[in-house]
Amino acid sequence: MPITHPNLRLTRLDGAIPAWLGEIKPGDLLPICQNVSGGGGRLLALWGSDAREQGRGCDTLPAEPADCGSSRIAPPPAPEGCAPPCRGRGFALHVALVNEAGLICLSMALDAVQPVYPDISRIFPAASRMQRAAYDMLGIYAQENHDHRKWVRHAAWHGGSFPLRKDFETSPHLNPLPQAGEEATVPSLLEGGKQSEGALLTDAQSRDPLSNSLGETTSHSTRLQETAAKSLVIPQAGERTNEKGNLESLEPDAYPFVQVEGQGVHEIPVGPVHAGTIEPGHFRFSVVGEKVLRLEERFGYTHKGIEKRFESLTLQQGAKLAGRVSGDSTVAYAWAYAMAAESIAAVTPPDRALWLRALFLERERIANHLGDLGYLGNDVALSFGFAQFWILKEQLMRNNAVLFGHRYLMDQIIPGGVAVDLAESDMQTLRDECAMLEREARLLRGIYEEHAGVQDRFIGAGRVEPKLAAQLGLCGLAGRASAQAWDARVQFPCAPYDKLDVQMATYRNGDVAARVIVRFDELFESLRLQREILANLIHGDDLARPIEKLPGNGFGIGMVEGWRGEVLVAIHTDAQGNLTRVHPHDPSWQNWPVLEHAVLGNIVPDFPLINKSFNLSYSGQDL
Amino acid sequence: MENTNLTLGILLQLCQLLLVVLMAPLLMGWVNQCRAWLQNRSGPGLLQPYCTLRKLFHKDAVLAHDASPLFRMTPYIVFGCMWLAAAIIPIIAVDLPFSPAADVIALVGIFALARVFIALAAMDIGTAFGTLGARREMLVSFLAEPALLMVFFTSSLISHSTQLPHIVETFAHHEFVLYPSLAFASVAFVMILLAENARIPVDNPSTHLELTMIHEAMILEYSARHLALVEWASSLKLLAYISIGIALFLPQGIAGVGNWNALPLAVAALLLKLVAAGAGLALLEALIAKMRIFRVPEFLGTAFLLAVLGLLIHFLLGA
Repeated sequence: MPITHPNLRLTRLDGAIPAWLGEIKPGDLLPICQNVSGGGGRLLALWGSDAREQGRGCDTLPAEPADCGSSRIAPPPAPEGCAPPCRGRGFALHVALVNEAGLICLSMALDAVQPVYPDISRIFPAASRMQRAAYDMLGIYAQENHDHRKWVRHAAWHGGSFPLRKDFETSPHLNPLPQAGEEATVPSLLEGGKQSEGALLTDAQSRDPLSNSLGETTSHSTRLQETAAKSLVIPQAGERTNEKGNLESLEPDAYPFVQVEGQGVHEIPVGPVHAGTIEPGHFRFSVVGEKVLRLEERFGYTHKGIEKRFESLTLQQGAKLAGRVSGDSTVAYAWAYAMAAESIAAVTPPDRALWLRALFLERERIANHLGDLGYLGNDVALSFGFAQFWILKEQLMRNNAVLFGHRYLMDQIIPGGVAVDLAESDMQTLRDECAMLEREARLLRGIYEEHAGVQDRFIGAGRVEPKLAAQLGLCGLAGRASAQAWDARVQFPCAPYDKLDVQMATYRNGDVAARVIVRFDELFESLRLQREILANLIHGDDLARPIEKLPGNGFGIGMVEGWRGEVLVAIHTDAQGNLTRVHPHDPSWQNWPVLEHAVLGNIVPDFPLINKSFNLSYSGQDL
Repeated sequence: MENTNLTLGILLQLCQLLLVVLMAPLLMGWVNQCRAWLQNRSGPGLLQPYCTLRKLFHKDAVLAHDASPLFRMTPYIVFGCMWLAAAIIPIIAVDLPFSPAADVIALVGIFALARVFIALAAMDIGTAFGTLGARREMLVSFLAEPALLMVFFTSSLISHSTQLPHIVETFAHHEFVLYPSLAFASVAFVMILLAENARIPVDNPSTHLELTMIHEAMILEYSARHLALVEWASSLKLLAYISIGIALFLPQGIAGVGNWNALPLAVAALLLKLVAAGAGLALLEALIAKMRIFRVPEFLGTAFLLAVLGLLIHFLLGA
């Protein structure tokens, strides 16, 4: 048992990694999180699901502004035909935690009408954005959490409609035209919290006195929204002030950034459209001179409804989609998805398939590390390094295309096994490539390490102290550069890693130089692993034990150490065994907030370098 | 005879005017090509800058709503300044009609004029990046300018004139003397050239990272013909600086007063020097990384120090 708690009964899940599942009550969430956190554990992922029974008309949106406003005292009348099951089986919140013993998945039933749960962001700061995303997507919310700004929603769909709810209708909600009172879902959300936990929220109320002339509750966030709307009114075509002149609805995309005040402080807004062809993200710097006082990120620009799409896919189609959540980690996602599916179906893939998966995963790691090391050279204007590393990466990807049919190895891992074999005659190509990469990369490492100009830029830039890293839950490669010794391949070695004896690369300094060192170390370790895998690859024709359909009402989870950090995919199936909820989780969720801390005190022109040294995914977390 | 010489002189001056404006993008293309070769890339080809200019001139200009006339005027002013600067520096013959205008202090003034306008234009539209770039540009240039003047003074002291044709004449057509003071000045000049032309290690001309830019940040809002002019002006500026370097430190081969027969040789020598300078610049850029912006004052401080050392050595040794 990874943790013990009087109200927690854990059941071991089938599958390659040690994972446990437990049902808990909302009141137990905080103590259990505290317990895991105190034992050195971390938050892996947080997501919600809609377990309400369908077709019963019990879907009056609890967060509907009018509804909530009127129901401050009396609970909202239950709609006709909405019998107890509706209340009993409402929404569910799932929290995945990890400690040294393994993965702990907690599931918590939430009320169908008032889907609230305790805010865990004070224990795990990384939870904050996940909680906000959970609200945007599903309308379940953390009480006492004061950051109610939309995270992935932007202005793309109306407030009060939540795509991951089963009763969400796709077409009418996609019209981005604002309507009166639309934005009032945010205060009403707080209202909901007040209703269930009155005592605690009067406290919040006293801090944010009611002052709106329109008679609506003004929460912290609405007030901020108002200020933002006043200060930046960008009239857009087709957008009109409604009769009320309501500021919130006038500015559907208002997102008040925290402002830093003081003499000489100014803001630099960067993105979401950048000067180069990179993924979109908005960075708001508060600077004095060149020194960064505060950075606030805003993402969600690549939100494409992946989680909703999963619900209408078969298991096999889902595998393809999982591999496209974040293109640079396609192997890790596909493997994690397959692992989750295999856990539900209690299938173990053939040994050769597992070894090939490990080969793909290490090749993905090698390719990405080579690419990043090149980019890091480019960011300090050492284009030589950039060109050299990218020649190596290109060579690897061309070999991927020739040997496995895809440069990024997409769709090569399927639930139950792998889709492609490695011919005996091709193994020599990989061995030669390995030797070439090893030789060249060692040479380039020497050049980077002896280049005074490069080291001057790398050392000390974007430092994340181990203590801060532990507090914020920095994970993956960036975490290991700040002495956070977590590597799923080492700690929870699933086959074939249990036979490979992976050496974890860690470093203490936590600066750009440390992340470069960890990348180099992991690169060489992955090359060694690739050689080991080639030497030990078990022969056989059996590549997959295909899974046609998953058992009903199943839950499975898969975790794979991708090149960026641990990639997690959770699958829920309905009674018929269809995918009812799939949550892919990227380590970028944990690491993006840490970047905000890493740049503090650095100078603005060093940000791109620091950002690149983390190289986090936008697509992977916008979903 | 007098008249023929004058006509020939004016003709030659016009030739140089045309030559520099047409050749500047080629120099840029050459530098980029060399950089590509040094990085194991095949490179875009020598004529790429011309294609870029052609493309930009065919596009419709997009202007910010709150752009003032200053913003629209600036590309023309900057282009004019740089063209003038590049055209009056004696690189082919010393006694061209415009040569008396080529006073080193006036040259520094011309560069400063262009810089002031482009910095103002960058701030004119009020974007964060324009202001950021303008601020950094001023940080770089207020340190580079005095260093450049010091370099000029070193050579002026040797030739007893601030007129570039005189300086060139002194160095090119008298018996060959090694001036230790000029050795210091030349190192300082290369450093200033890198800083003033937004090259590595001070700026990165090929970056797409808007937060690290200096020169590029100032011109982010320009498009089409405006951008073309600014880009062209940048290549003219690089040509002008390399020309100054050639005129001050390597003028051998330039045609002397009234020596029209030496002209073909002078042109050939100039081309050779430009090719070598371009390749040298690319090599330098391939070897060094960009420094943190707060190292730039140290870098330019060093340049200033070297230039002053040159001056002192001149006073101490008389050479």
